[in-house]
Amino acid sequence: MEDLQQFKQTYFDESGEFLAVAEAGLLRLAPGNVDLDEVNAIFRAVHSIKGGGGAFGFTELVAFAHEFETVMDGVRSSTVAVTAELVDTLIRANDVLAQLLTHAHDGTKPAPGFADPVVVALRRHAPLLADAAAESPASPSPSAAGAARPQTAARVVTVRFQPKADLLMSGNDPTYLLRALTHLGTAEIECDVGGLPTLAHLEPELLYLQWLVTLTTDARLADIQDVFEFVSDESLVQITDHGTAAVSRAPLTESPGGSPKIGATDLTPVTRGDLNTVAAAGAPPSQLTVYDSPAPAAAAEAKATPGKPSTAGEGGHPNLGNHTIRVDLDKIDRLVNMVGEMVITQAMVAEHVRDLPPGQFQELLEGLEQLAQHTRELRESVMSIRAQPVSSVFSRMPRLVRELGSETGKDVVLVTSGENTEVDKTVVENLVDPLTHMIRNSIDHGLETPEERIAAGKPRAGTVHLSAQHRSGRIVIEVADDGRGIDRPKVLQTAVRRGLVQPGVNLSDEEIDNLIFVPGFSTADKVSNISGRGVGMDVVRRNVSSLGGRIGVYSAPGQGSRFVLSLPLTLAVLDGMVISVGPERFVLPLTNIVESLRPKPADLHGLVNKCDVIMARGEYVRLVYLHQLFGIPGATGDATRGLVVLVETEDGGRLGLVVDEVLGQQQVVIKSLESNYRRLDGVAAATILGDGRVALILDVAGLQEMSQHARTPAPRQYTDASIQLSAL
Amino acid sequence: MKKKVLTVDDSRTMREMVSFTLKGAGYEVVEANDGQHALTVLGSSKVDLVIADLNMPIMDGLTLIRKLRATPQYRTTPILMLTTEADDKKKAEGRAAGATGWIVKPFDPGKLISVVQKVCG
Amino acid sequence: MSKPSSLATIGSIRGDVVAAANTNEEQYVTFTVGNEEYGVSILSVREIRGWTPESRLPNLPDYVRGVINLRGIIIPIFDLRARFGGGTTEVTKRHVVVVVQVAERVRGILVDAISDILAISRDQIKSPPMIETGMVDSQYLSGLFTAENRMVTLLDVARLFAVETGDDEYSNQRALISDRPH
Repeated sequence: MEDLQQFKQTYFDESGEFLAVAEAGLLRLAPGNVDLDEVNAIFRAVHSIKGGGGAFGFTELVAFAHEFETVMDGVRSSTVAVTAELVDTLIRANDVLAQLLTHAHDGTKPAPGFADPVVVALRRHAPLLADAAAESPASPSPSAAGAARPQTAARVVTVRFQPKADLLMSGNDPTYLLRALTHLGTAEIECDVGGLPTLAHLEPELLYLQWLVTLTTDARLADIQDVFEFVSDESLVQITDHGTAAVSRAPLTESPGGSPKIGATDLTPVTRGDLNTVAAAGAPPSQLTVYDSPAPAAAAEAKATPGKPSTAGEGGHPNLGNHTIRVDLDKIDRLVNMVGEMVITQAMVAEHVRDLPPGQFQELLEGLEQLAQHTRELRESVMSIRAQPVSSVFSRMPRLVRELGSETGKDVVLVTSGENTEVDKTVVENLVDPLTHMIRNSIDHGLETPEERIAAGKPRAGTVHLSAQHRSGRIVIEVADDGRGIDRPKVLQTAVRRGLVQPGVNLSDEEIDNLIFVPGFSTADKVSNISGRGVGMDVVRRNVSSLGGRIGVYSAPGQGSRFVLSLPLTLAVLDGMVISVGPERFVLPLTNIVESLRPKPADLHGLVNKCDVIMARGEYVRLVYLHQLFGIPGATGDATRGLVVLVETEDGGRLGLVVDEVLGQQQVVIKSLESNYRRLDGVAAATILGDGRVALILDVAGLQEMSQHARTPAPRQYTDASIQLSAL
Repeated sequence: MKKKVLTVDDSRTMREMVSFTLKGAGYEVVEANDGQHALTVLGSSKVDLVIADLNMPIMDGLTLIRKLRATPQYRTTPILMLTTEADDKKKAEGRAAGATGWIVKPFDPGKLISVVQKVCG
Repeated sequence: MSKPSSLATIGSIRGDVVAAANTNEEQYVTFTVGNEEYGVSILSVREIRGWTPESRLPNLPDYVRGVINLRGIIIPIFDLRARFGGGTTEVTKRHVVVVVQVAERVRGILVDAISDILAISRDQIKSPPMIETGMVDSQYLSGLFTAENRMVTLLDVARLFAVETGDDEYSNQRALISDRPH
């Protein structure tokens, strides 16, 4: 048993996954929505936890899992009706199971009777099954066979074994059974070949032999019977205990002619599939050559059954299909870092090569071009290893919604879409917190009570729609509800009261909505039961923006509100355009760039308030002078002599960034500015260019925001306050 | 020649335990997650024994046993099914499908080895 | 998460070094900025390197020179002269950067030149004179020391650029300070 202790960790890891599968399935289970596959998956999850638990002797856990499994089995066979109450009970059962696992893991004992209420509830749901559950042994069944040899005195036992003719068809092989007997003591084995038909009538796959074994053993009769456990119902097995008396040979009466003896040690293993040998075991070898292997050519057929692609999937199902391996995350991270360094080196080489005289070194250049291509592909492959569907995060939300619904007395239906959208693992991990808060906000503040909804002519249950999609090289996650929308007068009033907005200031609807993200707006007066801490939306926004992400809210009074969160697909590498402004170089994410152009003086138009616009692609675009925004000396500062890079934010806003030069496109490794310093406005992160110098990666939406605030005086007041607050 | 055993179970814990125990007893062990996967594995390598869990996603144990029995090459290969309780109904179903025998979970290593020896030496 | 453990590491390294020398002594790296000499605990110094051109950061006070690439990590460089109101340093090849580590954060301090490594026992450290309230600068002065005829101002690197590093770090610094034996 001790040998198996080393698998405990595997068991706990795996059980964690099973619990998640069960929970995800249970949260989708509802009266009238019983997906048999899903029910089976839940059953299997509980079943597997129980099975493994038994191996480690976790009796309480096994006993409870058995109750749980019994009800799931009832659901599976439709003998237990799926009611809302049942689903609740099952979810509680899953929690209890999780706790029991934790106790088993920590080696602690749960409080006596702590599972009882749930056991009672489980049994109430399956009264017919309860008795069976009570009877069925949940503790490990006795299985003592070879273990401790019982203390029975050595004696002689004869075993007559007359197998059914088609015994071989069940995969049993008398050779091995006889050999198993020899493990119990000293055996003398006689084979009776009297049943052999003539050659013409011999069916190669049938068995015509029978055996008499004289066993001198101290084993219990039960152990001897146990050898024939699998064949006893279709064969004649006669075991006679002759006691310690002298060996009394009981020859086979039916055996005419000489029955060749096979000493125990003479039993040779027989190659499987070579039926002739087996069937004729004991017969003179010369006869065996007659029969050739009856049916070969099976491998091809087995191969022809195509390996169906596994339907791994929703909710981080542990059965990850046919050909998956588990890799330590550190190893992948090391690989990612290495590829990162390689990208830098490749950029460095490319930079040096640029200075070579043109026309020469053609092969070198081509080789480098290929290298660049391969580096890019390598990077993509490596990054795809870390890509995960957001479903692992989404699957946690139904529970949150359920709990929030019951806490606030609101009926909530959660609809999710785009769960299979993939993003880098680093991003997935960072989604949980903001999502939790967005959903909490929607249910807490957005959705009305059922009464209010009915009075407003809406369906009783509110809907929260959680969706994910890729958009402009980012992942965009939305939480939309059909509630009352943001109460703007109230928000404005609160903001004024808290001194975040000067009284009498005119704010647009959007600006009012976004006040909920301003530090100091949310007072976090009540600590939520859900996440255990009351964190305001300002903290959410700050955390999101520290990841190069953005969060915003859109609201329509009476119709609902929509939180939109966008994050980069990876927090490791990006495709960028290197630009220069004065002596400084910056990287613009390629996903933001529409085009770059050099306007003629006539294309530039001055707008009031010293703002320049140009006509690009049929619309007027505001120019933002990067050297002004960042205070960089020595820049051209003239769009007609430098360049305008037309950029777009993921919410569709466009602006023209005025820069000196565009130096080229390059993959850059994203390096954190914050790990040793802090976040800066308009800067998403930093990177190291080919010459080893640092360049800042620009945050286009951040630049847009900065430029707006530099221009419009009115909303500035509250933003200044927010900047100050966040800097403290 | 080492005997080769295929353990088919959707539980990694079970697979690893079976594998560890049998490797210790001198068997070669290959693993599969479910019945479908087992067929793929069996298509490319021949084994002397299959130990299959009954409850598995994609393709369950009974279906796997039936498919193997319908495949000439595996018509008489020993197949042990893993069951959680000493459930006679399950055993009967398994026997009808063509299982050679069964192992009741949880098993101790000695029991597993002795059962395996009984059916494949 | 890992911050407490890194504090512990620093603490234990400190313990080793202190024990190896004299329980009452601590070593300080001293450097000059103009005519003044400053010292920081050797335990906070990771390395000393020659000046390499920085990349500037936008919209920050002049004492934030910018950032450099320190073997793959990006660290900010602070100009000590500018920090003390002496204007931005005109850098030459002879200028050096003292790379210090506080908790998990690494940063560089631009100084004119390294001058010495001094073993200073605690009782040799004089408190800085009372400074009027409102002069926040006094927070990062940990004491004064007289070496021969020079006065060395000992700096608390944890607090030196605390203003520049955001709130969560400040609490770490406090933890480190209180961790310090006195």
